[in-house]
This record gives sequence, structure tokens and C-alpha cells, in this order.
Amino acid sequence: MRALEPWVGPPLQEFLAESSARVTLLMTSAGQVVAQHGFTRSLDVMSAAALGAGIMASTDELARLMGSGRFGAMVHQGARQGMYLSAFDTPRGRWIGLVVFGPETSVGLVQLFFQQFVDELAAAAPPEAPQGPVLAENFERELNASLRALFGR
Amino acid sequence: MTGYREVLERVSAVGGIRGTMLVAAADGIVVAESLMDGIDGRAVAALTASLVGRLRRTTASAGLQAPTVMHLRAENGSVLAVPAAGDLLIVAVTERGANLGLARLEMLDAARQVA
Repeated sequence: MRALEPWVGPPLQEFLAESSARVTLLMTSAGQVVAQHGFTRSLDVMSAAALGAGIMASTDELARLMGSGRFGAMVHQGARQGMYLSAFDTPRGRWIGLVVFGPETSVGLVQLFFQQFVDELAAAAPPEAPQGPVLAENFERELNASLRALFGR
Repeated sequence: MTGYREVLERVSAVGGIRGTMLVAAADGIVVAESLMDGIDGRAVAALTASLVGRLRRTTASAGLQAPTVMHLRAENGSVLAVPAAGDLLIVAVTERGANLGLARLEMLDAARQVA
């Protein structure tokens, strides 16, 4: 399990232990990765984050066209594994969770513990630090630091 | 769905039963429910289905048949679960003084009706 921000780690660790999820990806609604568990290649995690954020953007737009509120979550159930995708509001903005699970758990358990995870994230989030200007000289250093935090390289 | 609710309401009519649910065993999600306030049906469904799945594996490992009734007794009441056809579970949450014998009979009857 790897997280960009340390306060995300303990709630995510607890969610992984309780839900028995195989893969979990936490991202912003823009597709920026916040934390991940189960991915081994950076290319996979970046693609999954972009696709997950794209799916949630599409469902938000579908909900708008249908005149309903935002959809809370979506489940794709396959023969060997399923995927749970859910967007939620945090003190740091709207985030998306993508969870892949196998027959060792169930969508009911994933859904149950994901809601607890969301509540714990909201409680653990520190007050937002003031954002400094994005400077070109800092960009590569910050990008490398993020990649090291997420993939340990 | 109306038929399922009628079946559940018959079980709920037993004295001391606080709620009943029809749960998809593999997914742990609620199919139909008849619950009193204060019961988190989604949590009960997910956790009971998980427990029944583990018990099934346990009895299979021991060379036994799958359980026909699961009774989890707590200090202030019980959770009962009975497997039904179509990979469904009838789940009941009871108070401490509930008529558990009648509840089990009604649940087994309900399991036959949802088949």
C-alpha cells in the first residue's frame, strides 16, 4: 500500500484488511493518484486512474441528462473478479475510489467497508495547507517525489 | 418483490423479531427487507452473508453438509440465517426474548416459499 499523503494510509490499510480487496486506487476527480494498493507498474496505475475518473465523469453527465442526482457508486461484476467504483466528497475535494475484489469477499462487504473508509478519511483529513505557486523548477522534483511515494522508486 | 415482502412479513410477525431480510448470499446485498428502525440492514446483510459463506466452507472441509440454520447468539438478541434457493438467505434479527423455535420454523417455511 502506498499513499501520497500519510494521513490516508491508516484508513486505507484498515479498509484493505477488512474488505479483502485485491486492488485499490484512490484518485482525485481529475484522475490524479492519491494512493494505491496492488498495482506493480506505474503505467497501469496511471491508466486505471485516468479511466476511472473518465467513467465517473461520464456517469455524472448521464445523471445530469436524466435529471437525477449524482450516482453514488457503480459495480461491474465479472466471473472471477468484480470492480467497485465510487466517488465521494472529502475535505480535500471530490475523490474517487476504484476497488477490485475477488470471490474471497463480496460486493456487500466492499461497499460496507468502503463507506467506513470514506468516513474515516473525512475524520483524518488535516486542514488544507495553503497552496504555493507551481514553479517549473519544482515540478520535476515534486513529480519524482510523488512517483517514489506511490511506487517506491 | 411484493411476494418476497409478504414472505418476510410473515417471519417478522413472530414475537421478538426486529427485522427480516432476503439477502443475495454471494454478493451480501439486500434483495428485500422488513426491518425496524435502528438496524443497519446493509451491514447485517453483508456480514451475515460473509459468515454463512465461511461456515459453509468450514462444514464442507469437515465433510459435513451445508448448514440449514445459522444461529448467532449475542447478549441482547440473535441473528438467524437460513439458506434458500437461488443462492439467497433469509436473515432475521431478534430480541433476547424472541420465540426462536417458531422463528426458525417460519424461516425454513419462508425459504421453501422463495424457491
